[in-house]
Amino acid sequence: MATYTLLQLALRSAAIGYVSLLILFPLAAIAHQSFIGGIDHFIEDISTPQASSALVLTLEAAFLTTVINALFGTLSAIVLVRYEFPGRWFLNALVDLPFAIPTLVTGLMIAAIYGPTTILGMWLQEGNITLLYAKPGIVLAMLFVTMPFTIRSLQPVLMELEREQEEAAFSLGASPWTTFWKVTVPSVLPGLLTGVFLTFVRALGEFGSIVIVAGNIPMKTQVASVYVYGEIESYNPQGATSVSVFILLISFLVLVLLERLTRPPGERMPRWFRWSKRPLPMIHPSEIG
Amino acid sequence: MTRRLFIGSVWFYFALLLIGPILYLAVQSFDEGIAAFWREVTKPEALHGFMLTLEITAIVLVMNLVFGTITALVLVRQHFTGRTILSGVIDLPFSVSPVIAGFMLILLFGPETILGTFFGTLGVKVLFAMPAMVLATLFATFPFVVRELTPLLQTIGTDTEEAARTLGANEWQVFLKVTLPMLRWGFVYGATLTVARAIGEFGAVLVVSGNILMLTQTATLHIYQSYVDFNYVGANAVALTLLAVSFAILTVLELAKAKTAATLT
Amino acid sequence: MKIEVRGLTKQFGSVQAVSDVSFTVKEGELLGLLGPSGSGKTTVLRLIAGLETPSGGDIYIDGKRVNDLSVQDRNIGFVFQHYALFKHLTVFENIAFGLKIKKWKPAEIEPRVAELLSLMSLDALEHRYPHQLSGGQRQRVAIARSLAPRPSVLLLDEPFGAVDAKVRQELREWLIRLHDRLNVTSLFVTHDQEEAMEVSGRIIVFSKGKLEQIGSPAEVYEEPATEFVARFIGAMNILEGHVLNGMVKIGSLQFPAPNISDHVHVQVGFRPYYVKVAEDPHRYRQPATLRHIYFLGVAYRLEIETGEGLILRSRMNKEEFRQYRLEVGQPVSFAVTHFRFLPQEGMSFPSSASSQLLDAGPLTP
Repeated sequence: MATYTLLQLALRSAAIGYVSLLILFPLAAIAHQSFIGGIDHFIEDISTPQASSALVLTLEAAFLTTVINALFGTLSAIVLVRYEFPGRWFLNALVDLPFAIPTLVTGLMIAAIYGPTTILGMWLQEGNITLLYAKPGIVLAMLFVTMPFTIRSLQPVLMELEREQEEAAFSLGASPWTTFWKVTVPSVLPGLLTGVFLTFVRALGEFGSIVIVAGNIPMKTQVASVYVYGEIESYNPQGATSVSVFILLISFLVLVLLERLTRPPGERMPRWFRWSKRPLPMIHPSEIG
Repeated sequence: MTRRLFIGSVWFYFALLLIGPILYLAVQSFDEGIAAFWREVTKPEALHGFMLTLEITAIVLVMNLVFGTITALVLVRQHFTGRTILSGVIDLPFSVSPVIAGFMLILLFGPETILGTFFGTLGVKVLFAMPAMVLATLFATFPFVVRELTPLLQTIGTDTEEAARTLGANEWQVFLKVTLPMLRWGFVYGATLTVARAIGEFGAVLVVSGNILMLTQTATLHIYQSYVDFNYVGANAVALTLLAVSFAILTVLELAKAKTAATLT
Repeated sequence: MKIEVRGLTKQFGSVQAVSDVSFTVKEGELLGLLGPSGSGKTTVLRLIAGLETPSGGDIYIDGKRVNDLSVQDRNIGFVFQHYALFKHLTVFENIAFGLKIKKWKPAEIEPRVAELLSLMSLDALEHRYPHQLSGGQRQRVAIARSLAPRPSVLLLDEPFGAVDAKVRQELREWLIRLHDRLNVTSLFVTHDQEEAMEVSGRIIVFSKGKLEQIGSPAEVYEEPATEFVARFIGAMNILEGHVLNGMVKIGSLQFPAPNISDHVHVQVGFRPYYVKVAEDPHRYRQPATLRHIYFLGVAYRLEIETGEGLILRSRMNKEEFRQYRLEVGQPVSFAVTHFRFLPQEGMSFPSSASSQLLDAGPLTP
């Protein structure tokens, strides 16, 4: 049994106190606010045409973003880990860029290059594809800010994957294709799932870039976060609260699901796996701004 | 060869998503010439924005370094009921949209709340002033330092500290001469991420600051304002400045990452 | 399955990992590939497996040239140093993996896996995952997995390297018993000469990519063909000198060299148990001082220093040691009873000459 010195206990209280004040209190405040009106009001508020369309739009866009980034992120991770080619260090460093750039600036960049004033923009318009103030723009913005997640979650797992496991599969007669699906993929699945789920949660909450790229057209290009902003500015805390809490709940559920899915095998849920309580990948979701 | 196809696709993806937009922003900001760029970047509102962002970032950085270290130490070195809950709570800010974060602060410190009226009677303005902006940024950046230090602390263990004690060092000396130096690059890394996030914070401060020109308008808010006022050159110019800072941050980030990796092996 | 390797070479970039290696593995043999790290032994194993492609030379399995055959088609079993178990599969699923690939029916898979589980004493562990097993258990699963599809050849790469000493000993015995029972042609790589000697029917000693010697453990130990083998296997006292008038004089020791011409530089090697030490300083001709006594459990190792400052190792069994009252610093006498000249590069005398010398009987120079 460990006994702790006064200093250690003081530090513990400081940590717990700080965390409670900074994170738990605000969350308690919004939880309290949402239950003031009761469940019926809550459902009412999120069912208004504007609110519900914002929620649906956000969920759709986030889902699409997640799928695209899962595919390209996996490909990028594999290429960055397995292949050597000129400029690899450059691409690898570039992956961290979305973590360092303010989301607002992201929005401006995307608006600049894909807007109607550029060659690319005009070319898109010819093809009847509007990016700005339209759904594709939202997805593009989300793609940018969530780009590092899948890649950074997969890289350490891929690097850890021992060449030996694949060779063992070969020696047992498995073709490269079979080995990929039966050995490589299951091994990296936890990393992949982590990246995918984090992408989704991050995309759900994105604000800064979308506000620029997609504007604020209610029922058309208004995502949940922008809707909430609108409600706050119109002094309608009720509307803001319900949609906020809805998004928070979904995020929470997704993260809990991730935790359960990436548990080590042979413990409660034998089908899913993460064999060690690995510390989180070095890069973290930096911005939901 | 599949290899060429894969590598090519990845380059294309990166170019489309990252490289293209960045290059274009650079070009756009100088659309009306260097003079216009310089004018926009040095006008009083912009300068005030930069200053304000800098102030908030500095405060947040110090707070995070102190409390982040304490929390990391407590989390790794102490065992107590509620430790897992604490660990989970620390990660929460990552999953909260900044607008929602700002909104939560309004609910907490608004004019009709306990805390709001409390601070009101003290004459301290929380919302639509510095305190709220700092709090919002603190909320968003808290996990960084903690999460960079925890794996380091776990890997490094207590051996070197115990060795120091056997050689006669007291707790304070152990902390300053052994613990902190070992965590050096974790600090740099966590600090870098904090700074990047703090500079870029937008949604939360937009909500809690009221965006009052020359008073509570950070650099990002200034960009937004310019954009809304159709001053694209201005918006792009300040944005490019922040982008340049981001690149500098990225370089430090990559360096710190390499160094921390070296410590862990 | 007989394995034949001819003129095998492998280069990695500018590094010559394997140089012109040729040998034949008899059917059902348990052959040890021994050498220090970097000697090429693992590369040779992987070349035979098909995990690497040769830069030159040929590999034949059962008379068929397999250079161009992929590892999947060679029907070999490979056991890796760090097990390489599939972490996401249970013990049962790991062992069944190769069978599933070969499209065995579930009704056939079950009894086969059960058979192997029982053979490797892994019953009751079939539903566990690798991270829930001990090192020794994991290695047994790795062996079982490789044997399940009935390979014609079993290749093991430092199979006991990653476990601790006691477990290693048990696993060695496993391997020997297993081989006796199944009689699969097996090659295993190790850097531990004791292990190689204990387990193998024959040993191949590698150094710097070249094959130094191939022979039974006794042959390799008693009649090392090169200086490297002599030094690598077992302890050896090695002294250097020149031949003069049919004799090699080193200090006050004299070694007759009747078949070697004068002025040739030679190395004289003799094993520690051929250095006889006696408490009585007059029992043997050569005087020395006792410098160290080491207790080895089965015997004693003594280090003695001759008048000229040469340090020699001697091995004495317990019974003999107990007859004496030996102490460090004490004057003793010694004699070298058997020795041999170690073949050097460019030496002209036949190796049979040195084995004659070995049987020359008690020599009291």
